Parts: sequence; C-alpha cells; structure tokens
Amino acid sequence: MAEIPDITIEVSHLKKNYGPLTAVNDLSFSVKRGEILGLLGPNGAGKSTTMRILTGFLPATSGSVRICGLPVASQSEATKRHIGYMPENNPLPDDMRVSEYLWFRGRLKEMARARLRARIDEVLELCDLKRNRHRILGRLSKGNRQRVGIAEAILAEPAVIIMDEPTIGLDPHQIIIVRDLIASLRGRMSVIISSHILPEIEATCDRVLIINSGRIVAQGSPAELRQEIFGHTSYRVDFAGDATALAPLLATLEPTLKVESVGDCGGDGFCSATLTTESSEDLGEKILAVLPLHGFRVRSLARRQPSLEDVFLAATRRSWDARLPDPKGDSRAPLPKA
Amino acid sequence: MRHYPTILSHEIRALLYSPSTYIAAVFFLGVMGFIFAGILDLYSKAPQEVPPAAVFFQLYWFPVFFMVPLLTMKSFAEERRMGTLETLLTAPVSTTEVVLGKFTAAYLFYMLLWGSTLGFHYLLQLYARDARFLDPGPIIGGYLFIAISGLLFISVGILASALTRNQAVAGILCFTMLLGLIGGLSYLGDLNALHAEGLHPVKAALDNLRIGNHVEDFTHGVIDTRQVVFYVTGSVLALIFSILGVEVKILGS
Repeated sequence: MAEIPDITIEVSHLKKNYGPLTAVNDLSFSVKRGEILGLLGPNGAGKSTTMRILTGFLPATSGSVRICGLPVASQSEATKRHIGYMPENNPLPDDMRVSEYLWFRGRLKEMARARLRARIDEVLELCDLKRNRHRILGRLSKGNRQRVGIAEAILAEPAVIIMDEPTIGLDPHQIIIVRDLIASLRGRMSVIISSHILPEIEATCDRVLIINSGRIVAQGSPAELRQEIFGHTSYRVDFAGDATALAPLLATLEPTLKVESVGDCGGDGFCSATLTTESSEDLGEKILAVLPLHGFRVRSLARRQPSLEDVFLAATRRSWDARLPDPKGDSRAPLPKA
Repeated sequence: MRHYPTILSHEIRALLYSPSTYIAAVFFLGVMGFIFAGILDLYSKAPQEVPPAAVFFQLYWFPVFFMVPLLTMKSFAEERRMGTLETLLTAPVSTTEVVLGKFTAAYLFYMLLWGSTLGFHYLLQLYARDARFLDPGPIIGGYLFIAISGLLFISVGILASALTRNQAVAGILCFTMLLGLIGGLSYLGDLNALHAEGLHPVKAALDNLRIGNHVEDFTHGVIDTRQVVFYVTGSVLALIFSILGVEVKILGS
C-alpha cells in the first residue's frame, strides 16, 4: 500500500444538493492520521450524507474530497481501498455466518488468502466475537451485529475508518465496549464517527465537529468548544453570611469574577450563589481560602463545567437563528454575543 | 475484474441458500415433467411429424415466465432493501463487476435447471430402446437455443431487479418485460395494419424478432447468426441499463 500522508482526509467546500434541498453546504475540514473526529449534529444535519460522500458512494454536487491525498471523485476505486466504512444501522446479509462474511469482505478488499485467515482471527479476538464466529448473522444480538460491523471496518487495516452512528441502539454496557474498541484505534487509524449521543463523542473523540443544516457551526476539542461557546466558567457556592458583601470581595480576588445570582436562602441561613468568571484558571481553592477569612461560612463549592450537551444545544440553536449566509463567506454561522 | 470471481461465488452461495431458488427448481422440474409426459402421451396415440424434442422446446416460454423472475428478482432489490448494496459498493469494486457477478450466477443456475431436463430424454431412450426416439439433432439445437436466449431473459430479470427495492415489483416487472418480449413482439407481427404495402419492411423486421420462430429454426438445425446477434446484443444492452439503473438509483437515494 502506498505511503499514507499525515493528513488523511481533506474536505474542501463540499456541497450536496438533493434537488432543491441542500443537505451539505460548503463544508471544509481535515483529519490528521490517527485522529478520532466526532461528527455531531441533530437529525438531518447532513452527517450521513457527508460520510457517504467521503466513501465515494454518493457523488458531491461541488467541492472536493481527498482521502490519503487521492481525490474521491476521479479515483474512487483507489480511495475505497483506504476506507473501512460502517453505514448507519449496519446492514448485514442475514443468511451468512460471521466468519464467512468477514472472509467475503476481506476478499472484496483484495486481501491475500493467507493474510486474511490470520487477520480474521485477529479482529474476532479484538472485537470479542470468537465465540460467535460460526453463528448466523441474522440471529446475532444487536450488540454483536454492531461488533461484526466494526470488525469488518477494521478488517483490511485501512488508514481511514468511517462509522455512522456506531453505538445506536446499544445498551450502556455494550456502548462502553464499542467505545473502548474505537479508542483502541487511536493513533493508528483516522476515525470519523457520527452520533447524537453526546457523552459518547466527548469520551472518545479528539476533535468534535458540530454541524447543523449542512454547515459547521463549531469545531475543536470538547474543552475548546466549551470555552469558545460559553467563554466563562461558573461556580456554585453555598454559603452563610452577608450576601451583599460577597460581590466586592470576589472582585478583589479576580476582576472578572461576578455574582450571577443569589438563590433563596434556606431557614438555616445558607444561600446558594452562582458565580461566573471569564478566567480559565480554576479559582476554587482561592474562593475557599478567602471566604472564611471574611466571616462567610462555606458549605459547598462546585465548579460547573458546561457539558458538551450544553455546547451542542447552544451551537445548533445559534445556527437556527442564523440560517442566512453570513457576510464573510465563512462556512460557520456568525456567533451571537452572549 | 479482480473481484468478479469473489462476487460470483458469493452470489452462487446466496442462490443455494435461498428458498426461492428451490421453489423455482421444484416448480420447474415438476411442470416440465408433466409437459414432457403429456407430449409422450400424445405421441403414443397417433404418429406425429416432428420429433418430441422439438415440441418440448416449443414450450420454452412457459417455464421462462415464472422461473426467470424467481431467480433474478432478489438480486438487487433485496440488497437495496437490506442496505447491503451500500456496503458492497463502498468496497473497492465496480458496479459492472457486481452486475456481471449476479448475472452470471443466475444464468448458471438457469442453465443448470434446464440441463437437468436432459434426464427426461435419457429416460425416454432407456425405456423406448429405440434410437429413433432420441434424435440428437433437435435436442442439441434446442439446448443451444435455451443457452443463447437465456442470456437475454436473465439479463432482463437483472434489469428489472436493478430498478426497484421491492422484490415483488421486480418480479412482476420482469414478468411484464418478458411477456412483451415473447408475446408482444409476435402479437405486433400479426397485426393486420402491417399488411399495408409501405409497412412491409416493418413486418419483415417484426417477423425476424419472433422468438417462437427462433426455436423452430434452432430445433431444425438452422443457426442463424442474426438471431444470435439479437440475443447477445439485447442482453448486453439490458446489462448496461442495469449498471446505469443501479448507479442512478444511488443518486436518488
């Protein structure tokens, strides 16, 4: 196999129309070797369409996709050799046995017989399917079917693995197994997974791409996204003492630290307040140290990180508000000032 | 064409595992057995002018109408419905290889079923103990006709299956196309309107396309290259349309 370049997937200005409907609108991104990219978006955002274009199954309306440096549109057969793909819902022929299916797929992917035989044992072991190797695909449980799909995708050791909702319909236990399996590919293969299950993406992906109505609305690592979308960290503190004296005190600690709100104080004299700061530093220790010195009694302090779920909701809502093309021709919707 | 053998063996396996294949086979052999026995019954009552094999092959259309749809309707419709067409075409294979693989598998099975009717002729000779009953000429000609016309019939079935995701629709579409090919062409040739002077070339062309006449020629030992060209080009055309059909359907998916 030819040398694999450092950037395995390059998508630039990708566009796909289904008649009058624009499913993917000017999408550009790239994936480095060994990186796990999560594609996040609500239903109908264009995740599956993007993946199908990457695999060469669907032609794009305009724009270009390069897999390992080769253009998908003109050399689709060559790029398909670099891709392991698991479609949504993982369709499998019901009447074949697990090992027969993997053999057939391996032969289609041009693996030599001797190598394929050893490799099938290897992936069955890796995906914990050894006990099921002679079972009929149609009778496997959903989790096992999903694992067969993953085994099939990594069978030929491609440089790029594309999985459309690999954890859909699995129970929490199976989700963990599948997630570990995907994480074990890190560093060796570039992986793109799509999902709308957020903890999933947060746990496995190095980088997240949030898309909505065919455009990228946010991208970066989960931590960067939090910082970018919210721009502030918040703390929640339960304290007893003079609530009005709290704000000036905190300002001496860190200029951007403000009291967002003070909740109802209970009968025991403890109130709970929400503090926000633009500083990315963890101020927890300082707050804990300063408050008792000035007569406050502190019962609890928590640093509240926005989850990826909040990020996702904020990002996709934002692009609903801004459906019209933005002035600079940037592929991302304009950010509203929070 | 590297993947052609892989796809072909996969398809043959799929045909062997599918119940509809066995339904087609049992139905076919049962019906053909009855027809053959009926022909022999006829011959035992009164002397006839043509050998029994010639009459047997004249009835080729009967099994074609139900067997070809049963053998081919699954090929693409089922894969599309299950979604496995997507995994198949995202492997480094071309649509041409897939279409040819499915076509060859169905064709081989079609020929295998027809080949098993050789047993009828063998049994006839075994019990008649008279070489005249087993005149090899019409039998060889007849099987040659089946082999060549089968190319067209099976490729029409593949085309029907490539156009839809529903097996039943594929089966009925295939039946209709075969009916048009076998019945429709000879019906058109019989139209009175074609007897007009100016339409003579049209009538001559339609007469040449009459598949019933082709069987007669083949069983009488006349192998007309024009007829062979008709079947071969027709099947190539149907296969090209199947390839286009599969690809166009993906565009709309």
